[in-house]
Amino acid sequence: MPREFQSRASVRQKAAGEAEVENSVREQEVGLLSCPLDRRSFLKCAMASGAALNISALAPPLAAFPAVPVPQKQDDAQFTIEAKFYQKLENKKIKCKLCPRECNIGDRETGYCGVRENHGGTYYSLVHSRVCAAHIDPIEKKPLFHYLPGTLAFSIATAGCNVNCKFCQNWDISQARPEQVPAQYSPPKLVADLAKQRGCPTIAYTYSEPVVFSEYLMDVADAGHEAGVRSVVVSNGYMQKEALKTAYGKMDAVKIDLKAFSESYYKDVVTGELKPVLDSLVTLRKMGKWTEMVYLVVPTLNDSDGEFRGLARWVKANLGQDVPLHFTQFHPEYLLKNLPITPVPTLERAKAIADAEGLHYVYIGNVPGHPAENTYCPKCRRIVVERVGLTAKQMLISKGKCPFCGQPIPGIWHA
Amino acid sequence: MNRGDSSRRDFLKKCATGAAVLGAAGKAWPEPVMRAEGMPLLAAAEQTAAPGKSKVVIARDAMLRGTTTTVDSSRVLSLLDRAMQSFFNVDHPAEPWKKLVRPGDTVGLKINTLGGRGLSTNVQLVEAICERLQEIGIKAQDIIIWDRDTDEMDRVGFRTSTADNRVQCFGTDRIGYEDELSTFGKVGSRLSKILTQRTNVMINLPILKDHEGAGVTIAMKNMYGVIHNPNKCHPNGCDPYVADVNMLPAVRSKMRITICDATTACYEGGPGFKPQYSWQENALMVSQDPVALDYTSWQIIEKKRAEKKLKTLEAAGRPPRYIATAADAKHQLGTNDPRRIDLIEVSA
Repeated sequence: MPREFQSRASVRQKAAGEAEVENSVREQEVGLLSCPLDRRSFLKCAMASGAALNISALAPPLAAFPAVPVPQKQDDAQFTIEAKFYQKLENKKIKCKLCPRECNIGDRETGYCGVRENHGGTYYSLVHSRVCAAHIDPIEKKPLFHYLPGTLAFSIATAGCNVNCKFCQNWDISQARPEQVPAQYSPPKLVADLAKQRGCPTIAYTYSEPVVFSEYLMDVADAGHEAGVRSVVVSNGYMQKEALKTAYGKMDAVKIDLKAFSESYYKDVVTGELKPVLDSLVTLRKMGKWTEMVYLVVPTLNDSDGEFRGLARWVKANLGQDVPLHFTQFHPEYLLKNLPITPVPTLERAKAIADAEGLHYVYIGNVPGHPAENTYCPKCRRIVVERVGLTAKQMLISKGKCPFCGQPIPGIWHA
Repeated sequence: MNRGDSSRRDFLKKCATGAAVLGAAGKAWPEPVMRAEGMPLLAAAEQTAAPGKSKVVIARDAMLRGTTTTVDSSRVLSLLDRAMQSFFNVDHPAEPWKKLVRPGDTVGLKINTLGGRGLSTNVQLVEAICERLQEIGIKAQDIIIWDRDTDEMDRVGFRTSTADNRVQCFGTDRIGYEDELSTFGKVGSRLSKILTQRTNVMINLPILKDHEGAGVTIAMKNMYGVIHNPNKCHPNGCDPYVADVNMLPAVRSKMRITICDATTACYEGGPGFKPQYSWQENALMVSQDPVALDYTSWQIIEKKRAEKKLKTLEAAGRPPRYIATAADAKHQLGTNDPRRIDLIEVSA
């Protein structure tokens, strides 16, 4: 998944003189991803990441964390529940119905995602409450630009992913099996309580691929809503329709990574398919879910004018002009280290094409300080949300409208 | 381990002692062992097979289990000796092992325990191999019995052992995978540190069995147990992933020989153990050409499927295409051409 790295890159490039911030962030990330977590370090990292990102002005003061009993035992059983979204077959086989891959899985085998396993003809999720990464991030880091700007998201992930993008920035958790990464037992209520106590109005499911931990995501969302905390998901959208409606139906907003606008790219670079993702976007639209899209522009692989134009036309025709579309900068990583960072002019070309096709909210991401980070009123062209990197500097939208001309600006602007 | 003074029970007891040590004291792992590579792949095979051919030996013993359901340790040792001596054309049981390893080598025995009790590499076979290795001067602590998961190993009788002066026995979960990726073709994986850091020779000890996705899983697919992400290597009937995994430099350079445990085999419903689809082949299969061994084993499974009135794997929609891929110009891991396979069958 590129999204987390994009934000890391933004932090790194944010400004000269912020090396300490960068180092601090990096240390915490490394600490979370590579060291066994006890409850204290888990909380410490989660609390500190917000401060490290220099977003304390937006966050409430950090209070001492209340004592919440956490089971000490860390065996696999506590993370294992029967999966939803599968079909039993003969000879103890099962067919997974979570994503379009529809893995046929024999007894004692896992699916492609590596986190769902057949035991004796019953299918189990191995990652319920098995959090391997947790941070407090600005919501802009997801990125969600039309959703509660300037607020924080309590962001969590488990191991696993149902695709294998060659550019994945978080491959050390997304391409790992659950037992290969340190994890913290984090039952839904604990996550909801933590989010609330840390002043996060939103829980975000992100970093790896939330599709594969749908059962956990649903339970956390329920616990969050009971506690008055919303949920958003950052996903590849490679999901079966019924699973998507059930799981993401509990979300308050969705960000979909559309990796490219060609099946060949999905096949060769993503190990997935484009059409089911497009179908998911349409389904989300019909469900009325606030949805934003990211398109990671990879030099030479998905950066042609034709692809940008085809994408923009499809979005306009199927989702409407008001869906935010973020063109973000690629950084070489994982199995795609042979390509350069996306040139900014390429991103600007993509935006220009999408603008010309009539999309109203086209952004450029991973380029801190670029004017295309701001939200402009499509009618009067004045800035209505000003951003620098991950920070929302000014939020001028009032009652969902441009303060200058009264044009409605779609999104979820206020808690 | 000397057969004269060490029974299977002793072997397991020693391993169990190791487990106790590990659990009680949290023993530090020894320093990684890396040595210069030994003999090149297939060097010995060139000496044993007819010119231009790959040799595959199938050794059978109909009385391997006597009157019981489990294999007899002494008959397994005898069967192993016959298979290895036939493969290397030698008369003494120790001679084959001298052609494979030398004192100072650290030898990994990559077993297969995914199928659970009933369809995993037999403890008796591994014990016999350990015995022969030690007879030619390999120190007990320089032998590591391993698979991906210690608990899975334990469930089928391989007791954890990390004590000094004992045969080592544990899974990759105890020491983890390399941080850096190893890549070939469509595969990008982190390799077990047992393979990369603890051993300089690998002996492959797979099972003969059917596989729901791949068609069959025998020698080459057993290498899925050395990578951190086998789940990413199952699309398209594991083709070309199986071949690509076997091309990873650490795998290819350290592999010396495959001894397939075909005492109990599976013709349908694999890779998990399903008694109704298993049969007692009572055989060991030996080759230094993993492609030839897989091709030959596949034919055995097809023969059994035909006996049971089942469709061929091709007709069932899951032919093991990866075997041909492993033999192609890009991989050249061995031959799948039966005309180039020197098949030797020996019986008790």
